[in-house]
Amino acid sequence: MTIVKDEARLNPAPVPPARESGAGAPPTLRQYVSQLGYAAAGSEAGPQPRADRLRPWLVVAGFVVPLALLALWWFLTEFSIVPAHRMPSPQRVLDAAVAMTADGVIFGHIAISTQRVVLGFAAGSLLGLALGAWVGLSKWGSAFLSPTVGAFRAVPSLAWVPLLVLYLGISEDSKVTLIAIGALFPVYTTVAGALRHVDPHLVELGQAFGLARLGLLARVQLPAVVPSIVSGLRLALAQAWLFLVAAELIASSVGLGFLLVDSQNNGRVDRLFLTIILLGVLGKTTDALIGLLERWLLKRWG
Amino acid sequence: MPTTSTLTRTSAPALPVSLDRVSRTFRDTANEPKPVLRDVSLEISPGEIVSLIGASGCGKSTLLRQIAGLDRPTGGQVRIDGTAIDGIDQRVAVAFQEPRLLPWRSLRQNVSLGLPKGTARVEGQARVGALLDLVHLGEAAALRPRQVSGGMAQRASLARALSRGPGVLVLDEPFGALDALTRLKMQDLLIEIHSAEPATIILVTHDVDEALYLSDRVVLLGVDADAPSAGAGIRSITSVPGSRPRDRGDARLAELRVELLDGLGVPSHHQPQPH
Repeated sequence: MTIVKDEARLNPAPVPPARESGAGAPPTLRQYVSQLGYAAAGSEAGPQPRADRLRPWLVVAGFVVPLALLALWWFLTEFSIVPAHRMPSPQRVLDAAVAMTADGVIFGHIAISTQRVVLGFAAGSLLGLALGAWVGLSKWGSAFLSPTVGAFRAVPSLAWVPLLVLYLGISEDSKVTLIAIGALFPVYTTVAGALRHVDPHLVELGQAFGLARLGLLARVQLPAVVPSIVSGLRLALAQAWLFLVAAELIASSVGLGFLLVDSQNNGRVDRLFLTIILLGVLGKTTDALIGLLERWLLKRWG
Repeated sequence: MPTTSTLTRTSAPALPVSLDRVSRTFRDTANEPKPVLRDVSLEISPGEIVSLIGASGCGKSTLLRQIAGLDRPTGGQVRIDGTAIDGIDQRVAVAFQEPRLLPWRSLRQNVSLGLPKGTARVEGQARVGALLDLVHLGEAAALRPRQVSGGMAQRASLARALSRGPGVLVLDEPFGALDALTRLKMQDLLIEIHSAEPATIILVTHDVDEALYLSDRVVLLGVDADAPSAGAGIRSITSVPGSRPRDRGDARLAELRVELLDGLGVPSHHQPQPH
């Protein structure tokens, strides 16, 4: 067999475009075939890459399922397939929202719940970061603390509730503490694990240039684990909302969890639905905020 | 111990290094002592370039780590300018085979990592700028490591070591991971750097040609054939004739190359031409 230079045998053979694109000039699809059996195809200088054109549609796609669920909900209630005392119609939930907005009650619940989440999340994740850094970096820190923290983590966190109520009373402190406990462990686990596996080459490099302990932590080790810290924070935030509702369900007189219990007791199924939707929206919004932080951090430190 | 005056100096003078019966013994998994280096003694003058060569695993890098203060000898000591080093030393800077740049920093920020503690901001920035120009990275200063080629990253790593203003520059196979052409260019750059920023340079290399092209002396490390488990020592020291920049095709270097390759256990198949 004789091998001939590919380029000499490449015959550009224009073929019709595979499909018309909606906007702009249709890209010309060219097919290249070599006599050695190689083939390649590609559009010449297309107006924009496929991914860019798809983008708006991908965003729209995210709304398809919620709208379908809403339609299903409306269908089930409108034709009384599910009785109204078990499932309120979308209109009734909207009415409840309007009523509670009008007298301002809902804002009090949202504000206090958000405050509890923010405080508990901040305290828990800072503590988790410190504990994780200690256990992840120090042999002795790990030897002393790792088994104990592991045991505390194994306690189902709701088991702390009676003790917290006994010690701290039915107060803000007990709720914020519970949320902090919930937020602490995801951050602790991810940070400690990631710090153990920072590229030893980079750590040695830092040491070779005179960095040690806190300097090494700040300049090399923490920046290297920024992606893990952020994913730990995301998990912690989800936990914080979870524990908020738990804390408020058990002992509170205001807040979204209280609103759930209260609505249950009064048979206000429309308010129950409203609260659940609110919790979803708030959780998703705070998660999106962390997502923004993540994008900024990864751009800076990634 | 370094004084404050050496800390703030931007470019220290080249310093002499003396290895005094340096030994290093590791413990293997069964906790049996496993000597790697045995009684390595060598005097290196200020500003000299010395290459360490030897077969893989003979302890070249281990010796280098003793000089860089990344490891401590189990016997003997390493002295720089008369004082024994104990751990990381401000007077020594190191560059590794991998560039080891921090991926979240620009090249400029990576280079400034090497600045001695307490360097004034303006002075530090000026020095980093000058070093980036010296290694021909002035244009690329704002780029991140992943945006540049291997050769550029390795130049940044050299500049970072130089920003320390070291009296002794320790290079562990600095060009080992680069392609052949880039490697030759880097060798010339190192000579350029050495004349602009004189420091004592100790480098480990696998490349006999590189050792001969760059160094004043080439130190061959290896184990004694009679006592292979006693650890490596200095087998030979070769003074390289001529002054830098050398002619890569110099016949005298070719002769030395044959000798060194033989010393490394690589038959060169060199047939002396009958005259």
